[in-house]
Amino acid sequence: MKKRIFRGIVYIAFIAVMIYGFFGDWSLGHDATKHFLSFSSELLKIIPVVFILVGLFEVWVPRETIEKHLGNAKNIRAYIWVLLLAMTTIGGLFVALPIAETLEHKGASKPVVLTYLTGATVVRLPMTIFEATFLGLKFTMIRWSSAIVLTIVTSFILSALSGKDPLFKTGDD
Amino acid sequence: MTTIYGVTIILLLLSSFKNPLKTKKALKIAFHKFKKVLHPFLMMLIGTSLALAVIPEAWIEQTLMGSKLSAVVVGSLLGSIVMMPGFVAFPLASILKESGVSYGVIAAFTTTLMMVGVLTYPVEKVYLGLKMTLLRNGISYFIALITALVIALAFGEVWL
Repeated sequence: MKKRIFRGIVYIAFIAVMIYGFFGDWSLGHDATKHFLSFSSELLKIIPVVFILVGLFEVWVPRETIEKHLGNAKNIRAYIWVLLLAMTTIGGLFVALPIAETLEHKGASKPVVLTYLTGATVVRLPMTIFEATFLGLKFTMIRWSSAIVLTIVTSFILSALSGKDPLFKTGDD
Repeated sequence: MTTIYGVTIILLLLSSFKNPLKTKKALKIAFHKFKKVLHPFLMMLIGTSLALAVIPEAWIEQTLMGSKLSAVVVGSLLGSIVMMPGFVAFPLASILKESGVSYGVIAAFTTTLMMVGVLTYPVEKVYLGLKMTLLRNGISYFIALITALVIALAFGEVWL
């Protein structure tokens, strides 16, 4: 309830900022509105599609398939698979989270899921192409090698710290 | 983007052709999952838009030019807090580089920008819970710092 009231206040305040920023002469409000509209339109384009894909995945892909390929934390190929998946995960963490949730739900092992999740913030292709264009291939290659190795290693640490429960508490309610 | 749309539409059609009931269930799951994160999502967008409006690019540039270790710290903190899409961040990074900011500082900024999310916290918490969200972002911050160090070493910048 408290959360709802807080949310309501934030929404109303931001709508006020947007209206004033749009019509009034206030550069901060104007910039905030501009950013908000560009971000939300960008995310609105991708997010619904991702959820539909996740829904289809949940319904059609048998648990055994995921368990077999991603269920074993000692299987190196599982990490290669999820990193390839992470490369194609456009939209970043917001897209990666529901996908990681469904992967775990279908029996992927914890370190593999965590590698995917953090990996999606490291190896995304569109982002990487931008980076290499502006900062050079050497920069990108070093960043990739360092961050990928550390992501896989730390996914075991994180997995151990997470205890026995699944990472995603929400399940398939 | 268009490819993803095309693939989704084809898969949806195939699915409803093969089993309309299952497809309906899939869409229900999709809607349910979307509803669950809608509010945290909006909060995150509002936070991000305000943060970006408040922090001017010129200030970022100026701060990162300072003495090197502090610049790395500031760069990584900035990268953790601020959120901007790649098509804004990397052109900015290349401007920073041309105005004399070191590769190590740029790496600290861009890697934390991608990997650590203070503002994405409301969304991530819905999925992973408080403890794992904090741990995962803490470890990501650590990964980003080490990576910045490796990059600084590789480009022959010594600042420790």
